[in-house]
Amino acid sequence: MTEIWQGLVTAVKLIISLDPEVMQIAGRSLAISASSSTIAALLCLPLGAVIHFNRFPGKRTLINIIQTLFSLPTVAVGLFVFVLFSSVGPLGGFGIIFTPAVMVIGQVVLITPLMLGLIISALSATDKAVTDTAVSLGASGFQMSVVTFREARFGVLAGLIMGFGRAISEVGLSLMVGGNIRGFTRTITTAISLETSKGDLELALALGMILIFIALVINIGLNRIQQR
Amino acid sequence: MKRKTIIAILAGLLLLSLLASAAGCPAKTEAQYPLHDPMVRFKIATTTSLYDTGLWYHLEPIFEELANVEMDIVYAGTGIALEYGRRGDVDAIIVHDRAREDVFLADGYGINRRNFAYNFFLIAGPASDPAGIAGSTATEALEKLYNAGLNDPNAVKFISRGDDSGTHAKEKLIWSQAGFDYEEVRNSGAWYVEAGKGMGPTLLMANEMQSYVMADISTFLAYNLKSNLSIVSIVEQDPIFLNVYAAIAINPETHPKAKIDIANRFINWLISSDVQDIISTYGEAEYGRSLFFPIAGCDMPGCPPVEDYTLPVPEYTGG
Repeated sequence: MTEIWQGLVTAVKLIISLDPEVMQIAGRSLAISASSSTIAALLCLPLGAVIHFNRFPGKRTLINIIQTLFSLPTVAVGLFVFVLFSSVGPLGGFGIIFTPAVMVIGQVVLITPLMLGLIISALSATDKAVTDTAVSLGASGFQMSVVTFREARFGVLAGLIMGFGRAISEVGLSLMVGGNIRGFTRTITTAISLETSKGDLELALALGMILIFIALVINIGLNRIQQR
Repeated sequence: MKRKTIIAILAGLLLLSLLASAAGCPAKTEAQYPLHDPMVRFKIATTTSLYDTGLWYHLEPIFEELANVEMDIVYAGTGIALEYGRRGDVDAIIVHDRAREDVFLADGYGINRRNFAYNFFLIAGPASDPAGIAGSTATEALEKLYNAGLNDPNAVKFISRGDDSGTHAKEKLIWSQAGFDYEEVRNSGAWYVEAGKGMGPTLLMANEMQSYVMADISTFLAYNLKSNLSIVSIVEQDPIFLNVYAAIAINPETHPKAKIDIANRFINWLISSDVQDIISTYGEAEYGRSLFFPIAGCDMPGCPPVEDYTLPVPEYTGG
């Protein structure tokens, strides 16, 4: 118990004093996950609309597959991305294994199904009357999707937040493709895993608290936007 | 309205990533860990014991300063380090398993192997020593553990690294010298636990479970001081426990992108008297004795031949 208390005290100290190493790791985590969430969002918003508004054979199956991929294990994605981008892999020519770039790519792969699936279900949950009215008032396809997205904005936003949350909290993928290199690819989660294994619980706890704090700030921020 | 919302979110995320990347690289202002400007990245994969003891934290900035590179150190047991080397994902590897090193060199993946440090393994366990291995040789100790573990798995457990690391390879070697078939041992019951972790984490696990474990003495000392281990060293000083660390450059003929010039410089630096001196005193202040021995002093049976560590590696002239 004293260990936990001691850890919390040190954690608060590290945070208040803006400890450079802790801040650097937190900043890097945020940068990598924000980049991957942004890329995934840019992919998923239009793609979600295309899938939702069109009828095509196998649509149900496609959505089932997307939903299955919600539970994609991070280490499986890690292994897949590692094999792809490793020097002798098919995309090894980029030479980005053990860099933040490949971590972003991995996270995009990881969270795209989640964001996409949640966006589609948010769009599906909108009142059919809204789109019908829009169409009957002579709305174009694009205008109709604008109206639907507006109706579905809470659900869509929840999807984006979930995606970001999964990206910043995953550890298996970052460890495998990033290599947990100090000062380069070490993120909050990989640092927690390393510091815990080193028996350095204070720093691990401080980083855990920062992770929760970041999540809190982002959620409050997005909720503000949502409520406007 | 909807588009505004979405755009606002995307803009927010984008802004966040920009801010964060700005915050993420306060390279120049960070006192503890300066990043080097030209950003030539030199990647090595290192065995976990050298990392867990903090030796690399100590050596890394010195070499970075010297060679003006940014050194990326990936924490990996010997098995995975060799795999990274075979794939060309790193420029040099630090490993400790002579048999697999030789295969790695013979297969053309590595060149310019040099030994640079050594230490010893030990078997640690609960102070009460329920299996009664005190005073045994390494092979006798494993045999006693096997029998006692089968007999009462609740009282006697052995935690193996189980990760194909150099330490794990040494453990398998001792099993075979004791006359056991390793596959049989690992499937023999609940007393034999495979951790699948690095040296430090495995020690902590053995400590939590009050079980026996084989570790290198350096990591054991480092963790003993840091985490107040309640398990103690029981069997030491068997010649088979000699543990020699080697650095190997990745062969640029197999992997043309491997940074052979820096790797060569790195290896020569490791065997230079400067670094040998650092190794001979590293840890003295904290632990009362040095954690590793410089290879230059290795003179017992099983030590590598002198040219394995005194001969500087030649400059690479292309091939």
